Amino acid sequence: MDDIGGHDILGNPVSARAPMAMLAELTHRCPLACPYCSNPVELTRVNSELSAAEWADVFQQAAAMGVLQVHLSGGEPASRRDLAEIAASARDAGLYVNLITSGIGLTQARLRDLDAAGVEHIQLSLQGIDAEMADWIGGYTGSFARKMQVAEWIGEIGFPLTLNAVVHRQNLDRLPEMIDLAERLGCRRIEVATVQFHGWADLNRRPLMPTLEQAAEARKVVNEARLRLRGRMVIDYVPADHHATFPKSCMGGWASTGINIAPDGTVLPCHAAQTIQSLEFDNIRARSLAEIWYNGRAFNAFRGTAWLPEPCASCDRREIDYGGCRCQAMALAGDPTATDPVCSRSPLNPVLKAQAQQDAVSEDVALVYRRMPKETRA
Amino acid sequence: MTAPSLPDDCVPYLPRGVRLHDDKVRGIRVLLAPERAISLDPVGDAILSELDGARTLGDLIAELAARYQAPAEQVGQDMREFLTGLIDRRMVFLRESGARGA
Ligand code: SF4
Ligand code: SF4
Repeated sequence: MDDIGGHDILGNPVSARAPMAMLAELTHRCPLACPYCSNPVELTRVNSELSAAEWADVFQQAAAMGVLQVHLSGGEPASRRDLAEIAASARDAGLYVNLITSGIGLTQARLRDLDAAGVEHIQLSLQGIDAEMADWIGGYTGSFARKMQVAEWIGEIGFPLTLNAVVHRQNLDRLPEMIDLAERLGCRRIEVATVQFHGWADLNRRPLMPTLEQAAEARKVVNEARLRLRGRMVIDYVPADHHATFPKSCMGGWASTGINIAPDGTVLPCHAAQTIQSLEFDNIRARSLAEIWYNGRAFNAFRGTAWLPEPCASCDRREIDYGGCRCQAMALAGDPTATDPVCSRSPLNPVLKAQAQQDAVSEDVALVYRRMPKETRA
Repeated sequence: MTAPSLPDDCVPYLPRGVRLHDDKVRGIRVLLAPERAISLDPVGDAILSELDGARTLGDLIAELAARYQAPAEQVGQDMREFLTGLIDRRMVFLRESGARGA
């Protein structure tokens, strides 16, 4: 596990420690069409997806490198018929297996198979608090009723459950009801994450950007609920970036803890990394995971802090947030090496804040839904 | 921080979805839970390794105090503090003495 390494984007030597977690995007297929989906706008087609055997090999490599937890995700992982087989191979490799799902496509029988396969925890996404909101946001009639049914089955089998509520201007006012729902469903945790405005969400900034008042109210609701529910339910809250003074930390630094594998085997430092088109990403079909993690150019590109430009280079927060999110810098500044424009010290920040405020007062409610390119089904 | 007030006759246990793991790559013991991996020091590991869902907190305190030849009062305080932190994070569950079942 000794530090091995290459060079960052400016040629400074960098090193890396063993990775802790893996996000395995098993497919980009999904029956829902959420307008803030974190998948890239260019979705992977079915026929280039890794096979179950290839995933099994990835998990063995990951565990041998020190990965402890794998998050089976998508798209909708249940869109893969071999999901239970894939989950079992992850558990065989010794990984902690978490399933991230919308619930659509899961039946009671499939959930029992996943139980037998060793899935240890389920995260169920929540688009809204009732059918009207959830089916509209997900672009799928009947999704809410289906999801509630799945939640019940999950409870019956006894999987620990986290509700993942993605919040934005259209549903943030109903946060208290979301927390109540999580409690009623017997969740151990609820994750309340404000939409991150990259990728698909960036196309929907006007209908989805929360107002400052909403963000302040949400903070109050969360604080109050944390006190009330202490010891019963944990609340993780990710506030809106655009309202903050400083950016969120890039996950302990770029490529420091997690590996993301796209459906076709592309190995990424994070789910949004492909938006940085100047980086080239390796594929697990061509190189070993360890080689990619320690020596891959994309992984080394922004490791450490030596590459940081001003104002980050002389900022006392650089070891806290690592200059913020590279993908956001790409999206908002057009430059992946820039200070995250969400930071109040970025020269671009005033423009960004003004734009966010303008988006937040927009009356626009027309959503651009996530869509797969047309293809013949495998 | 409220003072930990776990009664002696409660039975702490690791619920489904929370488990101890030997991290051979890093040479440490970790507690794996939803979205969390916590590296354990030898004391934390010793405490959590004893949780069998049957013995009461009082039993466990006595057991560890004897094993490490430490005053039961001190061991009890350390254990209560450690476990309360994990209970708040939903990584350790409690059941009243006697009752079984997950
Ligand atoms: S670059 Fe952005 S999206 Fe990627 S890990 Fe860092 S903070 Fe997350
Ligand atoms: S200037 Fe850079 S390091 Fe400082 S707070 Fe902003 S993003 Fe973080």
